[in-house]
Amino acid sequence: MSILALRAVTKYFFRGTPNQVKALDGVDLAVAAGEFVTIIGSNGAGKSTLIKAVSGLAVPDEGRVEFEGRDITREPVYRRAAAIGRIAQDPADSTCAVLTIEENLALAEKRGQRRGLGIAVNEAARARYRAALAPIGLGLENRLGARIGTLSGGQRQTLALLMATISGSRLLLLDEHLAALDPKTAEIVMTLTGRLVAEQKLTTLMITHNMQDAIRWGSRLLMMHAGRIIFDVSGEAKSALTVPALIAKFHEVSKGDLTDDRVLLSGGNG
Amino acid sequence: MAQLEALVRTMFEQGFLFAFLGLGVLITFRFFRFPDLTAEGSYPLGGAVVAALIVSGWHPLLATIAATLAGSAAGVLTALVHTKLRINNIIAGIIVMTALYTVNLRIMGAANVPLLDQPTIVGEVVRGLNLFGLGLRDNAATTIPITFVLLAVAGFALVRFFHTHLGLAVRATGQNEAMILSLGVDIDKTKIVGLALSNGFIALSGALIAQNHGFSDIGMGIGILVAGAAAVLIGETIFGDRTVGWWVVAAIVGMLIYQFLAAAALRVGLTANDLKLVTAVLLLAALAVPRFRMRILK
Repeated sequence: MSILALRAVTKYFFRGTPNQVKALDGVDLAVAAGEFVTIIGSNGAGKSTLIKAVSGLAVPDEGRVEFEGRDITREPVYRRAAAIGRIAQDPADSTCAVLTIEENLALAEKRGQRRGLGIAVNEAARARYRAALAPIGLGLENRLGARIGTLSGGQRQTLALLMATISGSRLLLLDEHLAALDPKTAEIVMTLTGRLVAEQKLTTLMITHNMQDAIRWGSRLLMMHAGRIIFDVSGEAKSALTVPALIAKFHEVSKGDLTDDRVLLSGGNG
Repeated sequence: MAQLEALVRTMFEQGFLFAFLGLGVLITFRFFRFPDLTAEGSYPLGGAVVAALIVSGWHPLLATIAATLAGSAAGVLTALVHTKLRINNIIAGIIVMTALYTVNLRIMGAANVPLLDQPTIVGEVVRGLNLFGLGLRDNAATTIPITFVLLAVAGFALVRFFHTHLGLAVRATGQNEAMILSLGVDIDKTKIVGLALSNGFIALSGALIAQNHGFSDIGMGIGILVAGAAAVLIGETIFGDRTVGWWVVAAIVGMLIYQFLAAAALRVGLTANDLKLVTAVLLLAALAVPRFRMRILK
């Protein structure tokens, strides 16, 4: 039983102009509950548009998006957000800089629920936040009252990760959430990602430019090119993948498109 | 000495009455990060509604509440134009402000409604207190503490609101729409709440000022957004960007300083016609001073 299904989803940008781009070209995809899918592909392959079609930030021109058996193709972002957590590349997108750590977490905790006139952050909430932050080991549990704007990019993405998973999301969308981080911080945030996903058995889609990460993490790997999924591998076949094998695969299916090749390779050494 | 005393009295009397305007402008100008021109219509709307209702025999308290709600409705209208018709928020404010000019004239039935012989909310409170034999008079000495209590209650309620689940969502809407949207918040609704709150405060200020000055005038809203923004900026220069509580204190203190300087300008021989220029200079100073200070500290 798939939790998420895309059926012949097509999305154009600048439709009807000379600059028309077919960002998604009849994409079919079924994701089973609990699957951790990593997505790689060159710039402009449609990875981000795919995630946006699921989160609601891009409405498909053709086809359907179904989540838990429900057609959400045209559902507003805020309504489907009740069950779908999303983190973007820029730490500024997923956290609110002028609010404090505890205020951001309080906002996230109420994901998809009615927001009333109860005081958002009380001592019970602070205790919950400290308990959730302490195992991460960044010391954020002692800085609940600090503004997000005073944190580093890695700390902000860590918090974004917690915010995306704190209130029982059933689908996690990661749109290159490590891309703005230095390699060491990216490793820490990725490890935490893997842990949270495993603990909560979260169905996850993760875009990455790092082929090493795409192979090492997750239970299924998708390669996209020119708006299509051109390679879909899971289970033992995925575990057996190597970076050279992936590059060879890319050459094979993209027919040696050199510009794209260079972009794909740039993230492969992490 | 007597001159300074009169200045300080004016500062507190007018400052506290105008501080509600400062709080309203704070919400849009700083929390929502856009200058909401609805203020130029909702402020005189507060004056118009309170004047029309008091003249027709309403109790000043009920008339003031009605004026506040009318201001909130104007804010809701701007928010609806902005969110449902997808019109830029500044343009939406200009459209509603323009429409309100006619609405205000219709409500008042004339360009100016005198209220000099009418009961006022402060007058009623003084009358109520005198039932205990206090022998108070309705003047600046009583207006200042009464307005201060009202302002303190409203300011406290505002700070508290921004610490609730809904209030946090409203604040986050003004700062990071994409983020709060992805947390399942309908930002159309939070914008409506924010603008209703802002323009409610602004109309309340207009209603209180009309009663205090003894008239409501169709032109009383001209330049009012700039006055509110000047107060917020002066306060920001002094207190900096801190918590919501400090922002509220900053807007109130900023308005007191603004009123003091405006009153001082009149004392030194400038006329009411010069006040807009004085306001512009103050605004410039409030914006430029922090930059100079940074340079000196370096």
